[in-house]
Amino acid sequence: MNNSLLVVIVASAIFYGTPLLFAALGELLAERSGVLNLGVEGMMLMGAVSGFWAVQTFGGPGWLSLLSGVAVAALVAAATSLIHAFLTITLRASQIVSGLALTIFAGATGLSSYIGHVANLSGKPAHHEFTAIDVMGLGDAPFIGPILFHQNALTYASWALVGLILLYLYRTRPGLHLRAVGESPATADAMGINVTAYRYIHTMLGGALAGVGGAFFSLAITPFWLDGMTSGAGWIAIALVIFAFWRPELALVGAYLFGAFSSLAFTLQARQVHLPPEVFSSLPYLMTIVVLVLVSSGWGRRRLGAPAALGVPYVREER
Amino acid sequence: MIRIERRLRESRWLVVAVPIGSLIGAVILSSIILLATGHDPLATWQRLLERGFFSEGAFSATLVQATPLLLTGLAAAAAFRMQTWNIGAEGQLYLGAVGASGIAIALQSQSAALVIPAMVLAGLVTGAAWAAIPGALRAFFRTNEIITSLMLNYVGGLLITYLIFDSHSYWRELSTFTSRVFPQGKYLSPSAAWPSLQIAGIGVPFGFFIGMFAAAGLWMLYRSTRFGFEARVIGDSRSAAHYAGIRTRRKIVAVMALSGAFAGLGGASEIGDFRHVLDPRGLQQASFGYGGIVVAALARLNPFAVIVVALLLGGLSNGGFSLQGADFPAGLVGTLQGLILFCALAGELLVHYKIRLGRPAGVSHKPADAARVGAA
Repeated sequence: MNNSLLVVIVASAIFYGTPLLFAALGELLAERSGVLNLGVEGMMLMGAVSGFWAVQTFGGPGWLSLLSGVAVAALVAAATSLIHAFLTITLRASQIVSGLALTIFAGATGLSSYIGHVANLSGKPAHHEFTAIDVMGLGDAPFIGPILFHQNALTYASWALVGLILLYLYRTRPGLHLRAVGESPATADAMGINVTAYRYIHTMLGGALAGVGGAFFSLAITPFWLDGMTSGAGWIAIALVIFAFWRPELALVGAYLFGAFSSLAFTLQARQVHLPPEVFSSLPYLMTIVVLVLVSSGWGRRRLGAPAALGVPYVREER
Repeated sequence: MIRIERRLRESRWLVVAVPIGSLIGAVILSSIILLATGHDPLATWQRLLERGFFSEGAFSATLVQATPLLLTGLAAAAAFRMQTWNIGAEGQLYLGAVGASGIAIALQSQSAALVIPAMVLAGLVTGAAWAAIPGALRAFFRTNEIITSLMLNYVGGLLITYLIFDSHSYWRELSTFTSRVFPQGKYLSPSAAWPSLQIAGIGVPFGFFIGMFAAAGLWMLYRSTRFGFEARVIGDSRSAAHYAGIRTRRKIVAVMALSGAFAGLGGASEIGDFRHVLDPRGLQQASFGYGGIVVAALARLNPFAVIVVALLLGGLSNGGFSLQGADFPAGLVGTLQGLILFCALAGELLVHYKIRLGRPAGVSHKPADAARVGAA
């Protein structure tokens, strides 16, 4: 029963959806503060390479090594996002061009690739990798076992994160302030909220989570390092935020939907479904377009859920 | 105290100074990265410049890189000027290459006078068609064109891989045993090779000439046609354009298609000028589409400046790729391009704003005065 196609697809959808979820949650936080960061792909690749480097470099028991990997990935990607924060928040540069610049700078032909080659990381398996944890021996439970109780630590962490961000956004004062900054920075400023600080912090939180998502690729999915290994996941994460109407719980649904598209290639090929591999590989990209069209032509016409000040620099003298 | 004030008009000399300053800034910043990773920056730059511009045959090789960058740079400039973000030049270039090589295979027994114009046309049309997809989605469903055009880059990359590696397509060579085992594209007949013009010992590719004409055309289009004027209005204010009765939807599709046509031409030139075969790996590794964004931004969307910047960045790419190896790691070219963009963005602040040190004019209260008033 646990080998049935449905269970395998759902379980692997969650696995492949986890990096998308991390990155989408991060982008969601940044966009809620009014900062559109198109550099997610670049930040994920920085996370992938630096997390992998940390695991290869730091010794210690496996869990410690992996923990340091995730921490380094988050820190490095947050530092990368600081460039975008400085350019767009302090210097009021175009958020679109700055985000693209970040992806070119850090991306597959940029700094992440440079670091990977300088540190000689390619072609070697990770010393440690995130493996599935059988929670309370329920991993063999019928149907829900493989889906809910046989995932890796980062996936469980991502579930906790969805809850935390929901609480933060809707049940705490800083969360309320964050939403105010994204909707109407002038009003927030008048209320005495430090708009600049909120935008910096949440852009960098977004970077950190994108970094964790990237590390999931190099430490759980492959697990080795490769140039441009996220292959567009960062862009899908940006689309997910739109698809989720800027709500964390819907980001989870969307991430697993796209996780399913990403994993379909492996699952179906293993079951002797013969189609050219490119058909499966292009599925996540084509579905991103289809979903975006549906969202933007239907309810999205009213830009439901989009922070009103998204993409607009805030200048106190020019309000 | 630092104050930032909006300038009423752009500073003229800064328009030139900022891109040059950006390059210098990027070189300094990447020198820090080189130093941090144990490479000698001076030696690296010296070798890069030598390989890119000054050594034997370097400039011809630089033109090979500059030609597609010129065309994708124009593609980005055409779209960005209207605030339409076509990030899909990469995929549109692949499709242009597919179209141009397809028509060249179909017309292989014909003369060059027929084949070459057909290839140019095919590149234009296929590139434009691929770009019209996100354009139409943007115009009619308000779908974010940044993401859709970018997703189509990946789809385009998978498409050309499929044509050569995973199918018995029209583009794939199947006549010999080795080509059936190790997939490769059909090599084009000599009549499909674009002429290169020798000027002072430097081979200038035909595509580069087309690119220069295209740049002049784009400049004219935006400067002195109704189409260009309306596109500029849309770029400056979409609501103003709407109230002025400009048909924004058509214009979005048209500008996206125009942008895609430039990128598709870049793909056709890749086939006709250099590769003479549909080569999925080579096309994808070069990532000319993303480079075009850097070119356009550094040229501040001016088509003539795009020519100059394409030559410059083409030289850096050429130097970077030809040196790539153990002591010259990959990734430096993209890092440098990203840093150039960052510096150009920071410099844009100087073009539009004045930065003043000190107190705003007309306000003369000093903290010391205030303290004295407080004490009294």
